Amino acid sequence: MRRIRTYNEVDHGTGSGLLEQVLEQHERLGARLAQVGAVVAVLSGKGGVGKSFVTAGLASALAASGRSVGVVDADLNGPSMSRMLGCEGARLGDAPDGVVPALGALGVRVMAMDLLQDTPDAPLRWKEPEGGHGALWQSSAETAALREFLGDVAWGELDLLLVDVPPGTDKIGRLLGLVPGLDAAVVVTTPGEVARSVVARSLRMVTEAGVPAVGLVSNMSGFRCPGCDALHPLFPGDAPARLAKRFRVPIWGEFPLDPEAGASMDRGEVDRLLEAGRLPGVHFRALAGALEASLGEARAATQGGAPSVGAPAVGGAP
Amino acid sequence: MKFLCVACDEVMTFAERQLPGDGTMATLFACPGCDREMALLTNPMETQLVSTMGVKVGGREVPAQPMETVRSGLAEARPEVFEEIPAVRPEPLRVRWTDEAVTRLQSVPSFVRGMVKRIYTDYAREHGIATISPEVMDRARIDLGLEGM
Repeated sequence: MRRIRTYNEVDHGTGSGLLEQVLEQHERLGARLAQVGAVVAVLSGKGGVGKSFVTAGLASALAASGRSVGVVDADLNGPSMSRMLGCEGARLGDAPDGVVPALGALGVRVMAMDLLQDTPDAPLRWKEPEGGHGALWQSSAETAALREFLGDVAWGELDLLLVDVPPGTDKIGRLLGLVPGLDAAVVVTTPGEVARSVVARSLRMVTEAGVPAVGLVSNMSGFRCPGCDALHPLFPGDAPARLAKRFRVPIWGEFPLDPEAGASMDRGEVDRLLEAGRLPGVHFRALAGALEASLGEARAATQGGAPSVGAPAVGGAP
Repeated sequence: MKFLCVACDEVMTFAERQLPGDGTMATLFACPGCDREMALLTNPMETQLVSTMGVKVGGREVPAQPMETVRSGLAEARPEVFEEIPAVRPEPLRVRWTDEAVTRLQSVPSFVRGMVKRIYTDYAREHGIATISPEVMDRARIDLGLEGM
C-alpha cells in the first residue's frame, strides 16, 4: 500500500486561510483582554442558585468602590444582566474599535444577547438554510457569539470584567477555551446536596484549569424572619463547607434569601441595594473585598513563585 | 484541512470559492505541480458550520466587522440596535456621588467646595469612574496630591 504523507508532514497550508483567521480571532481577543485587569467568571454549573444575582450585585459593589467594571452575560439563551443592571433595551454603539457596550447602574458596562434581539421574549435562534441541521452547528455559533462579546466589544480599560456563566459545566469549558488565563472564579452554590454534587464538577474544572483565585459563595444560605430577625435554614445540607474543605477554597460570601433584594434586581435597581445600612449591600461589599484580596494574593503568589490557591485536596469525596 | 495531490505529492492550493445561494458552497483547489483541479462541495450544514466559526474559506478581502457572527446570524435581530459613534465618546461620563461622598464634600469650606467637587469629578471622568465614593476621593487625593482637601 502506498504511504500518503500525514497532515503534519505537509509543511505548508492550502491557502484557504482558515487557520490564520482562527489565530487572528484569538489574537484580537487576547489584545482586548490585555486592557482588563482581571477576568472573573461567576459560575456554578447548577441552575437556579443565583449566579446572576451575585454577578449583578458584585459588579455594582465593585463599581461603587471606584472600580471600572464590565459584565458579559454569557447566558446567551436566558440573559438577565441588562435588566438587573438597569440597561434593558439600551442601544449599542458602533465605534471603529468595536461595539460600545450598554451603560448600566453605577457605570457598569454591559453586553448581553437580549440587547441585540428584537423583542424581550425572543428565543435565541440563528438564521439557517433549509435542512441546515441546526443542532450540529448551534454550539459553534454560540461559542463565536461569546468570543465576540469578549473580544469585539470596546470595553476600554477595565479593572474587572465579570462573566455570568450559564448552567452546565460545558459552558465553563467553553469560557476556559476562550480565556485560558481566567483570573478568578466566583463559584455559587446553595446549601443542598444536589447543588453540591453539581458544583463539585465545576470546582474540579476551574481548579484543574489552574484558575488562580477561586472562592465559593453560599447563596440562599437561610431566610431571615422579618418578624424576629432570626436566620432559619432553607435547605438541609452544608454544601459550601464541604466543598470548601474538599477543594481547599475559601467561602467568600454568604447571602440569606432576601425577597426585597430580588425585587430590586427585577426592577434594575441593584445600586439601591448598596445604600448605607442595607444588608445585601454589606454582603456584596464583603464579597468584592474578598475577591480583590484573593486576586492580589494570587498575583503575589505568581510573582513570588508560591503555590496558587484552589488546588483540590487529594482523596476527598466529590 | 489540506488536500494532497497524491500523484505529485504536492499540497493543492485554494483557487476559488463559489456560493450559489442555496446554502451550499463549492471550493476549488488546484495542484501547483500538475494543475489538476478538484472542487470541495459542502452541504448547507457543513457550510453553516464553517460560517459560524467566523471564518471565510480562501481568506477575507476586508477585515471582519466587530461582532460579525451575531450581526449576520441572529434570526430575530433588533433593528437599528447600533448607533454610529465616533472613536471618542463625545458625551462626558455622567458621574454620580454617593451619600457618604456628598457628606464628606460638605466638610470642605464652601468658598472652595465647587472647585474641589470639579476636581474630583474630572478625576473620575478621566479614570472612567461612574460613582464617586469616599474611597475614590481618597485615591484621587493621593494621585493628585490633594492632601488636606
